[in-house]
Order: sequence, then C-alpha cells, then structure tokens
Amino acid sequence: MDKKQKKAPSKKCVPVPEKTTSVLFCGIGGQGVLRGSEICAMAALNSGLAVKKSEVKGMSQRGGSVDSHVRFGNVVHSPLIPAHGADFYVPFNEEEGRRWRHFFNPKGKDLTPLLATAAATVPDKKFINTFMLGALSTYLPFTNDAWFTALDAGFKKAQEENRQVFRAGQQKGSKR
Amino acid sequence: MNEQTERLLSGNEAIAHGAYDAGLQVAAAYPGTPSTEILENIALFKEIDAQWSVNEKVAYEVAYGASMAGVRSLYASKHVGLNVAMDPFMTSVYMGVNAGFVAVVCDDPGLHSSQNEQDTRWVALYGKAPIIEPSGSAEAYSFIQEAFRISEQFDTPVLFRMTTRTAHSKENVRIGKRTIPVKKALTKDIGKYVMIPGSAYKRHIVLEKRLIELRKFSEKTTLNRIEKGKNKARGFITSGVTYQYIKESFPDAPILKLGFSYPLCEKKVNAFAKSVKEVVLIEEGDPFIEIQLKVTGLRFKTRHPSYHIGELRPEYMARIVKGLPKNDVPIPVRKPALCPGCPHHFVFHTLQKFPEVFVSGDIGCYTLGALAPYGALHSCICMGGGFTVAEGVRRAKPGVPVVGIVGDSTFIHSGITGLINAVYNRIKGVFFILDNSITAMTGSQENPGSGYTLQNEPTIKLDLAKLCLACGAETVDIINPYQHHELEELIRRRLSEEKLTVIIAQYPCKLIPARR
Repeated sequence: MDKKQKKAPSKKCVPVPEKTTSVLFCGIGGQGVLRGSEICAMAALNSGLAVKKSEVKGMSQRGGSVDSHVRFGNVVHSPLIPAHGADFYVPFNEEEGRRWRHFFNPKGKDLTPLLATAAATVPDKKFINTFMLGALSTYLPFTNDAWFTALDAGFKKAQEENRQVFRAGQQKGSKR
Repeated sequence: MNEQTERLLSGNEAIAHGAYDAGLQVAAAYPGTPSTEILENIALFKEIDAQWSVNEKVAYEVAYGASMAGVRSLYASKHVGLNVAMDPFMTSVYMGVNAGFVAVVCDDPGLHSSQNEQDTRWVALYGKAPIIEPSGSAEAYSFIQEAFRISEQFDTPVLFRMTTRTAHSKENVRIGKRTIPVKKALTKDIGKYVMIPGSAYKRHIVLEKRLIELRKFSEKTTLNRIEKGKNKARGFITSGVTYQYIKESFPDAPILKLGFSYPLCEKKVNAFAKSVKEVVLIEEGDPFIEIQLKVTGLRFKTRHPSYHIGELRPEYMARIVKGLPKNDVPIPVRKPALCPGCPHHFVFHTLQKFPEVFVSGDIGCYTLGALAPYGALHSCICMGGGFTVAEGVRRAKPGVPVVGIVGDSTFIHSGITGLINAVYNRIKGVFFILDNSITAMTGSQENPGSGYTLQNEPTIKLDLAKLCLACGAETVDIINPYQHHELEELIRRRLSEEKLTVIIAQYPCKLIPARR
C-alpha cells in the first residue's frame, strides 16, 4: 500500500479529447454513487487533468435519489453536465437510470445494460459501484495506475476485493 | 502537478483550507445543508477552536466575540440559519471588528434541502455589509483569505455567499501554507462595542462612511474582473457559478465577473458596457444585481422572470440570451422517505391512528412524516416552530386536539422557548420530542443532547427530561417508539387529559457512526 502511494501516478498515456468529457452517475442513497464518482474524479486528477464534480444528495439519508456529475479535460467550466451532454451514462439502479435519461447524449456510451451483469457477478451488491467503475475505465483515457491509486484512496476497507471486482468490470466493459 | 498542493476540494472544504491558511482561530456554526461540511472540515485542524453551537444566533455571537477579542474568526450557516442570527448580525456591522470576521452563508437555489429560496445578497444591502461570491472551489479558497483582509482593512464583518452548487461541487485547488496575522489585543472600547443609542448613532455615521470607501474598493478589487473576449457583440455581467455556465456556453464572449457584488462597482460596469455592443446580465436567484443596475440607467438585457425560481443550469444560457422563458421537461420525482428502520417511523405510524389530531412539526428528518404513507404532520415553517405553532392552533381552535413535534437538536436550538411560553401562558396539550440523540438530517452531527462535541470528544450530556420538568411540564414520559402499542396507549391517555405534557420518544438514529 505504502509503496504504491509513493509511486507517482503516471501521466496520461491515452490522448485526452479536446472537449470536456462528461460522466453521469446516478442511483439511490447507500449505493455508493458519491464514492464511485469520487474515485472517477480522483483518477482524472491523478492523470493531471482539470476535474469538476457536482452532486446532489436528496433529503433522505438512505433510499433517496442521488446523482453525481464528473467532468474532466484540459479545461472544465460548468460543474453541471448540460442536458443531453453526458458522454458516459453510469446508473447503479435501473429506475434512477430512467429518471436521468435527459442528460444522456445519444452519441455517448450507456452502461445501463451492464447493470444486470454487475448484479450477477459481484459477491455483494455493495460492490456494484466498483464493478461499474471497472467497466467505465475501459472507455476513459486514464491508466490503471491512476485508477488503482484512486480506488485505494476511495476504499479504505476491502481494498483487495474492490480491486478484484474492478478487474472483473474491466473484462466485461472491454468485451462489449 | 505536485500532489501535496493540488487537491480535489468541494467549495466547503476549500473554505476550511482557505480560512485555515488565513490564520483562522475560532469558528462556530449550527449544521444546515449545504453549509455543514465547512465546520466539519475546519474541525480537522487542531489549531482552530471550532464548535457546533446550540443555534445560529449563538454561533454568530461566539465567533464575533472572538474577533472582538483579536483573533480571526468565522461563522457558517445556511441561508435560513442567518435569519436566526440576524439580530447580532445587523448590529455587528455597526460595531465593526478587531481581527477579521467572516460570515459564510450557503444559499440553496432549487431547494435541494430547504424550506425557501431566500437570496442572502439582499442581507448585504439591508445590513450594509460587503458580500463576496466565489464561482467555484478554487475561488472559494483564495476569496475567503481576501475576505479576512477586507474585514480588517475596512473594520467590518464580511458576508461570504455560497450556493448549493459552489458548496458541494469539487474542483482542483492549489493549497498554500498557514500564516497567522499579527496578534491584536483585547481592548475595552465602549464607544465601539457597547451599542447603546448614543454610541450606535455615532457608529452609524462610521458605517455610512465605510460604505463609501467599500464602493471605491469595489471599483479597484480584482474580485470584480473583466475578461476580454474575442466577440464584442455581446458581453455578460454575472456572479457565482453562473459564470461557469456562461464560459461553457459562450467561450468567446467578454465577461464582467462580479466576485464582490455589494457595494456594486458602477464605474466598472459602465466601462464594460461601453466595450461591447450589447450587455446581458445573468444571475442566479433574485434580481439583485439587476435592480442595482437599473438604478444607474444602464441599458441591458436580462432573464425572463421564470428564472427567478429555482437553480440555473448550463443549457439555460442560450435561452436566456434569446429572452425565452424556462421550458423544463418535468422528470418523475422520487419522493424522499424515512430510512428503513427509522425510529420516527413508529411515531408517525402511531399518529396516523389519530386522524382528528392536528400535528404541528418543524425542520428535521421527521418533517417527512408529512409525506406518504403517513400524512401525519400538518405544518412546518422553521426550526423550533413545532411547539409554538401548536400553541397558536390550540388558541384558535380550543376543541381540536393538537400535538406539537420537535426533534432533540431542534428542541435545544429553539424549541425550548416554545415549551416555556406554553407553560407561562397556561396552554395545555401534548408536546413530542423525537430524541434520536443526533442532528440526523444534515448527516449525523453532534449536539448538546448527544453528549459529544464537534471533535467527537465526550462532554456533559443535556438531560432533556429534567429540562422539560424544570420548564414546568406537568408530566414527562420517556418511551421507546419501537414499542408502538404502548406509544399508542400513552398518546391516547395524554390527549384525554387537560394538561401540558411532554413525551420524549427516545431511540438513537440508525445511522449514528460507529466511531463513538
């Protein structure tokens, strides 16, 4: 763990698109929407990019609606994704996924179909967010170093399990 | 990129870091979304004396007192929290400061978690205090440091306005080092710090002169900056997070970005207006800048009034420029609900069995008792209103059975005065305290009834039952709400009596962190 943290995360090796990239995460309270989006934002930060992240927690501590916007690039202005502006759509819950459809850019990548695979693959439903992040990672210009540094920072507990689930997500993501 | 200095911070975290680096020594607040994380993050710095206060008025006075005594201090609350602290705020502007004092206030346009959309910028105009508005975390970090300098330079409390979006959005922030300004002595200056009519009159003269100086400063400060764009056909005047939406939508447009929005820099506005063909003003919330600009006689375009309600969004910018009203497509709502297993559930489940009863509540998780499946809470106006509104209903309709409900933190905040008032003015009825031993709605903050401080250190636990008896309640029952059959019996019995009774439904919130 210590060694990994000391190792400076390598700079981006995949070219970053000129325009801002937008990822929309959504789900219900307790599913790890905020944690998941935080890890994605940290991976972007670890890649030397400008990042903005905006989220709204509903009034409920558990079971309420949660959505989180992550945007990265060389320059990012708005912390909010405009309507029809999400390049990647990552719901952790199908119903919530239907509610926020107006954010999805039809030319973007929708990860909703992977939810069923995620539910069938993970050892516990609390890992769904990590699985979906693994799948998402196959489309984003960050190195595994950047992702795993962010993952370890995001999950202080069950780090090895989260890494395994993340890798399982990566396999499903790239197969599609 | 240096990992040690560049971090991904929310606006609230950036305020904590910025204030720390500015040498902040005392901070006080009462929790309230979206402001809560400011004090939670300040509390992580051991060098700062930080506290959850009993309510916002107390927080303001504690923080202001520290400034008077010569150390930089900070108050934080949500917009409606400042209402509670308005009494000390209004007069503190007359008195001025000794060391820098900043009141951070987080507005909630769009009502993500509030009872109204009031715009704190009016408080600057009304209270005659300067107000600073950052557009994101990086600015929050540097502007809060500037706020302390302005406070000391002009001898005034400074308002620092955040919104849900700037408070809760994260972005890259470069962090510096903490420097503590030269220590100031505690001096007994009766003319400045004792606001009796004679000295307050003199301080009002000082205040009006200070406003003239602040107006001059507004013209010079880099908090109000002009960004020269390539396309001079249309220039924007804006403030807060709206600046980001304009940059996104019109990257080539010149922008006058107001970070110091009161007193307004009229000369800078006029110079900017002359440099472009057409001026468009876009601000979030009330038409605060709009009204000030209209007084100057400037010709400019502004929002359709439909945008005065709710939050702005990046895609609105193009429509606003065209003069079009808001045309949101409604999305299905997921209604908030009490968490599974919440002790409040059993209270409202039981109250549902008394359809003749009018239940007056207030602000907390228990406000959700108004929604389906319960429909068992019939009024909510503000913190501590549960008991007092119940008294009003009872006075108007003596025959109607009335129950007043407050939470533990709300009772301590401002519910207790309602109980004393009811006793003093000889009103009868049933008052509930839903004691889940935490300030739950804002995300598990400690309070005097929880027995722990902001830093999670044990302290003297307030005994609610003894306190209610001392106030003069005729009976105080403590009951575990999970025993709902007994609870139903108790409510029936107490409603049948002509007494002033308190029922404390006591069971800890399921989400209290295991750290204790």
